[in-house]
Amino acid sequence: MLGAMLREAWRAMGANRLRTFLTMLGMVIGVGAVVLMMAIGQGAQYSVAQTISSMGSNIFVILSGYTSTGGVRSGGGSAPTLNVSDAEAIAELDGVDTVAPVHWGSVQMVRGPNNWNAWVHGTAPAYFDARSWPIAEGSAFTDSDLRAATRVAVLGRTVAQNLFGDEDPVGKTFRIGQAPFTVLGILAPKGQNLEGRDQDDLVVMPLTTAQRRVFGTAFQGSVRQILVKASAPEVMPALEKNMEALLRQRHRLREGADNDFTLRNLTAVAESAAATTRVMSLLLGAIASVSLLVGGIGIMNIMLVSVTERTREIGIRMAIGARERDILAQFLLEAIIISVIGCAIGLALGVGGAALANTLAKMTVVVSGSSVLIAFAVAAGVGVFFGFYPAKKAAGLDPIEALRYQ
Amino acid sequence: MPEPVIRVESLAKDYDTPAGPFPALKDVSLEVAPGEFVAIMGPSGSGKSTFMNILGCLDRPSRGRYLLAGRDVATLDKDETAALRNRTIGFVFQGFNLLPRMSLADNVALPLVYSAIGHEERLARAGAMLEKVGLGGYAGSLPSRISGGQQQRVAIARALVNDPRLILADEPTGNLDSHTSEEIMGVFRALNDEGITVVLITHENDIALHARRLVRFLDGRIVEDRPTRQFLPSAASHRHPLPREGGRGEGTPC
Ligand SMILES: Nc1ncnc2c1ncn2[C@@H]1O[C@H](COP(=O)(O)OP(=O)(O)O)[C@@H](O)[C@H]1O
Ligand SMILES: [Mg+2]
Repeated sequence: MLGAMLREAWRAMGANRLRTFLTMLGMVIGVGAVVLMMAIGQGAQYSVAQTISSMGSNIFVILSGYTSTGGVRSGGGSAPTLNVSDAEAIAELDGVDTVAPVHWGSVQMVRGPNNWNAWVHGTAPAYFDARSWPIAEGSAFTDSDLRAATRVAVLGRTVAQNLFGDEDPVGKTFRIGQAPFTVLGILAPKGQNLEGRDQDDLVVMPLTTAQRRVFGTAFQGSVRQILVKASAPEVMPALEKNMEALLRQRHRLREGADNDFTLRNLTAVAESAAATTRVMSLLLGAIASVSLLVGGIGIMNIMLVSVTERTREIGIRMAIGARERDILAQFLLEAIIISVIGCAIGLALGVGGAALANTLAKMTVVVSGSSVLIAFAVAAGVGVFFGFYPAKKAAGLDPIEALRYQ
Repeated sequence: MPEPVIRVESLAKDYDTPAGPFPALKDVSLEVAPGEFVAIMGPSGSGKSTFMNILGCLDRPSRGRYLLAGRDVATLDKDETAALRNRTIGFVFQGFNLLPRMSLADNVALPLVYSAIGHEERLARAGAMLEKVGLGGYAGSLPSRISGGQQQRVAIARALVNDPRLILADEPTGNLDSHTSEEIMGVFRALNDEGITVVLITHENDIALHARRLVRFLDGRIVEDRPTRQFLPSAASHRHPLPREGGRGEGTPC
């Protein structure tokens, strides 16, 4: 019975190939759009989640430089207005767990025949915790390294590979200018950040060492960034106010003057970023669903035309014994076949499009099994939903009326 | 007397028209016993097709009773009447009504699809039926490739494929030339000789003479009901195989 019905559905679809193809195209585009948009939306959510989990918890970032009125920082950290004593003062505030001032610069380094240019972050040991960046091999530097300005460093994976190749760098030395530095450890690889920059292309060393041996005396004591880790999430709002007041007072900013620093609660930023991407991916999905809906309406439209065209055929079938449910099943099956085949093609195109977006536009895309399953279920559902009314209409025809139809 | 295949009591049918109800059938009563061969005649518009459609369970009467093989059709639901159309009745139309995109074998097998018979058996029975109406070599052809007379043979094969007790035919030779009509009538006669009850409409006397009983309609009523036996050789001397396609019909002895 099903075999015969499938053959008949196939025959009916083959009778008007162009129309069947165009109807299917509606489904193809709808499903393709849904799959692609879900892949992009989920990809965005995934990368935000990655970023969030790569940040420490309860972290503030204070950046030096003015904030423009629109909230956009101008000259990101280029004019250092923060210094080490700001960081020391913040460390005394209630609710502060640790503080890590950071100063950075691009530096040329040498190991034997290998030359490499990378960012050097001069900071305190709390840096690793604040960025929740574990040491993969060896160890971090300590407070006594900071006090004594020892020439030690922790390397990012990319730097380690470029300077040392296959060698194990831990315990070995490299040079910056004439000064030799001992490698204490290697950071766990982090990969690219949201902008596609390699986060492992960096060297971390004590701030004191960096200031004396690497950056020179021009910026003595000034830092580009202060990382602050609060002791608990609850203290963060109060701490934010206290830090702002403290820095304004220390920088002698008059009432009404703009801050010469930017204070960010990273957790809040991350949460709003996550919320934004969630909304964005919902929106993408919703827009794509509209095209799926339009595809479904296309199926309904064509099935209605088909029922009208085949009224006489329906009459003949009823005259030789087709029951209502036979006619219903016949037309429903046709609608479902069109939508499922359209769905399969759309799925392939959507996945292909996602792969293309990934390679060409470097977008993070996630095609999950569940989104594929959902697409199939929705397509079958669309077939049933939009095919049902025309099929019901066909099945409800009166045999003699249908036979009289010309 | 055995239970009649068809028993119609005071049947009436009104059509709804813009000018109000139009009585196409008025108080028609008729009994047809198993194995009968009935020709219905009458002028155009006298209600023959209306009556036939009701007999074929394609339409329902406005008043009166119709018992098919003893069952009151009015008491049956849609699925049960569909089953009657599928198994008890074989309907043959003036316009053949084959499905144009299906092969002849698939057309003939279609009623079997609706009685849930498997693919193999369907093909076998459809093939046998095509053989029986003399079109064994045409199983894979499309209806558009064969002549009108051949199409009507296929339609008869389709009506027969589910072993019905009753064949109803509404002007089955109306679209055919007289020679082809004779051949088709030969097919009906052979079926009747096998014991199948046949009721057919015609407006040609020559055709009606193949039947053993003639019922004449006029203005929605039966105005004449008589045997035609006197015009035909006795049924006993008339046992013959179905005529082959192209063969000479044996149906013109009068
Ligand atoms: N669907 C219909 N609606 C209204 N009137 C109809 C319909 N079908 C048939 N009639 C009328 O009923 C009468 C009988 O028609 P019909 O049974 O087709 O006659 P016949 O087959 O004997 O020529 C005719 O007058 C015809 O016009
Ligand atoms: Mg008629």
